[in-house]
Amino acid sequence: MIPELGHFCLILALCVVAVQGTLPLIGAQRGRSEWIALARPATQAAFLLMLTSFACLTWSFYVSDFSVAYVAGHSNAQLPTLFRVAAVWGGHEGSLLLWVLMLAGWAFAVAQLSRTLDAAMVARVLGVLGLVAVGLLLFVLLTSNPFERLLPAAEDGRDLNPLLQDPGLVFHPPMLYMGYVGFSVAFAFAIAALLSGKLDAAWARWSRPWTMTAWVFLTLGIALGSWWAYYELGWGGWWFWDPVENASFLPWLVGTALIHSLAVTEKRGSFKNWTVLLAIGAFSLSLLGTFLVRSGVLTSVHAFATDPRRGIFILILLALVIGSSLMLFAWRAPKVALGGAFALMSRETLLLIGNVLLVVAAGSVLLGTLYPLIIDALNLGKLSVGPPYFNAVFVPIMAPVVFLMAIGPVARWKHAAGKDIGKRLWIAAILALVAAAAIPLLMGGWTLLTGLGALLAVWVATSVVSQTVLRLKAGMPPPSFWAMQLGHLGVAVFVVGITLVGGYQDERDVRMEPGDTTVVGGYTFRFNGVKNVPGPNYKAAQGEFDLLVDGTLLKKLYPQKRSYFSSTMPMTEAAIDAGFTRDVYVSLGEALEGNAWSVRVYYKPFVNWIWGGCLLMALGGLFAVADRRYRLKFKSTTVAASLEGVPS
Amino acid sequence: MKKFYVPLALFVVLVGFLAVGLNRDPRAVPSPLVGKPAPAFKVAQLAEPGKTFAPADMLGKVWVLNVWASWCVSCRQEHPLLVEFARAQVAPLIGLDYKDTREDGLRLLRMSGNPYDFSAFDGDGRVGIDYGVYGVPETYIIDKAGTIRHKHTGPITSEVLEKTILPLIDELKKS
Repeated sequence: MIPELGHFCLILALCVVAVQGTLPLIGAQRGRSEWIALARPATQAAFLLMLTSFACLTWSFYVSDFSVAYVAGHSNAQLPTLFRVAAVWGGHEGSLLLWVLMLAGWAFAVAQLSRTLDAAMVARVLGVLGLVAVGLLLFVLLTSNPFERLLPAAEDGRDLNPLLQDPGLVFHPPMLYMGYVGFSVAFAFAIAALLSGKLDAAWARWSRPWTMTAWVFLTLGIALGSWWAYYELGWGGWWFWDPVENASFLPWLVGTALIHSLAVTEKRGSFKNWTVLLAIGAFSLSLLGTFLVRSGVLTSVHAFATDPRRGIFILILLALVIGSSLMLFAWRAPKVALGGAFALMSRETLLLIGNVLLVVAAGSVLLGTLYPLIIDALNLGKLSVGPPYFNAVFVPIMAPVVFLMAIGPVARWKHAAGKDIGKRLWIAAILALVAAAAIPLLMGGWTLLTGLGALLAVWVATSVVSQTVLRLKAGMPPPSFWAMQLGHLGVAVFVVGITLVGGYQDERDVRMEPGDTTVVGGYTFRFNGVKNVPGPNYKAAQGEFDLLVDGTLLKKLYPQKRSYFSSTMPMTEAAIDAGFTRDVYVSLGEALEGNAWSVRVYYKPFVNWIWGGCLLMALGGLFAVADRRYRLKFKSTTVAASLEGVPS
Repeated sequence: MKKFYVPLALFVVLVGFLAVGLNRDPRAVPSPLVGKPAPAFKVAQLAEPGKTFAPADMLGKVWVLNVWASWCVSCRQEHPLLVEFARAQVAPLIGLDYKDTREDGLRLLRMSGNPYDFSAFDGDGRVGIDYGVYGVPETYIIDKAGTIRHKHTGPITSEVLEKTILPLIDELKKS
């Protein structure tokens, strides 16, 4: 019964979002207040129905109902409860259901938190979100129904892919989806503004906290995914430029451009068209990412079982949503008034350059991701594009962005004097140059990339510190000030991480017998042998290593090689001794003759700074969302704006 | 204001490529071995370790080499088709038991039937490396001169068998 209830709720939700996506939009265009008033209750009902539906699927997993095909395919009676619940989004159907649930959740949040906004505007925003939900719910119901029964029921489930049996699965996909889907709100605001023709500061002010919240989730989601790959896959890398990683990174790059551009639109009234285009772009790339992951047009470690029907459906959805938005943009954009003028040397210009560079970076990543597909479509052969392309293209584009990050915040709006900027940054410049020479030498050898990394990181960090010191003299700054500084500091910390790991990591593949030692990065690993240990749904060979520094025992490390009962592929669980300035990392390879094993050991300097930097960026985003002064301000002005808006 | 149509135009081009890409299989990598002589090897047979097998033994015949293993789930999927193929006696079908133990390999053949004339045993996977095996099952069609004429990665489906493999074998036999 429970799965049928879930299915039924899903169908009801489709009917409700069909109302949510049509009547309020028409009502807002024609000024019919009773249709406009439908937007909120419809959104609330849709969310409750989606929540019930999702709960039903979760319940089916919890009680291991193997008469549901999706449960039988992705769970197993022996699977620990936590993973059994997380397995809900461990496959195609369930993760799409999560996608739609989040879409409904974001719409619900907008409905609840927009009491002060003009009713017609809310109706338009919720209407656009409703239309997107119609498309996705149709997709779920017609091609990917998670509630389909399997009769007769399976004896036991096929089990969740062992790679996914990790706490990472519990947090990474929901976080990432919250971010992905969250850009739908910025998108809906942009479309609503285009429809109403009111592209003003109030619109930008309203979009900002929503966009920022989505961006925070996306940042955390990507960072979690990267960290998960780092410790779970045992390859020692933190980013692989895999098509699906890129699919999540593209909206992040455009979203980052968007949050900066929104700031300009709100404060200065400029860049309106550009901001709208970025809002459409960020969500379009989220949809494109969903398409790439779901359709199987690209090979990737994340690929789910694919079905060409699904690919065609979601391509049509993509074409309708993005195509109609861009059409609307092309039609409305020429009528948008230009904002305040600004000089060539001004904060606006700097932000615009940074923005364009971010978009170019996104474009080059998109090109690299789709290049194999394009070449194949043109019958020019099969090829794959790997990290060398991405590194070669991405670093030169992003380095100037990071460089500008120190200058933008000290430049004035409208017109900035080069002399002022120089006065405020000369200390940062000197320190950065010293660091560029000194840090790589201290770490063990100067190269162009490590020099550049050290230069940029210290340049940004000192600029952040000096601005903060200066600002504190004038009293406690508002959260929005901390938001910017934390975000930029996060980038500096991140750059430290990638530079030092990239330049000075050390790894070794060795054959070890019990009693053997090997030295990497000043750490000695002593291998004490391997014994078998049981797990809930696997058995593992567990190695024991002593980690020694200068002959004293620091820690014992226990890497595992697991064989899950349900899979033939063995899984590697690396053992990591994490630290502030370095990780040391050991993973078991293959059992060799006798008691010998092939062992891989890594020394990773400052690798945790990569994710630490992301956390700081996300924290910065939270400060921006939490800025009370800013919220109060926008309350009063939006009231004014909505009063003006009523007669139309 | 034509410039505002630029994003739309770019998007239309992108959708075009995605639509074409949907009908392609990104995993279908053409093997560099097609058109080249089948790499030579000489290994023991699975059932009778005393006997050996080398591709050179098959010169003058069109034959099929099927890489399989007892641990490979998708091999079981294609197994009934192979049995059918063997029954029709179109061409010799030789198995290569890849990265497996003799015991497991033989047990699988006992349990689900043996479509192969015989199987060569590649327990350590060395032959597989020469043939660029990256996903079991894999199927090679080799002509009378010992040249690989076709390679199929993944389980054979009845469609592949009817439309590609059987016509190709017929054609090769005539030449």
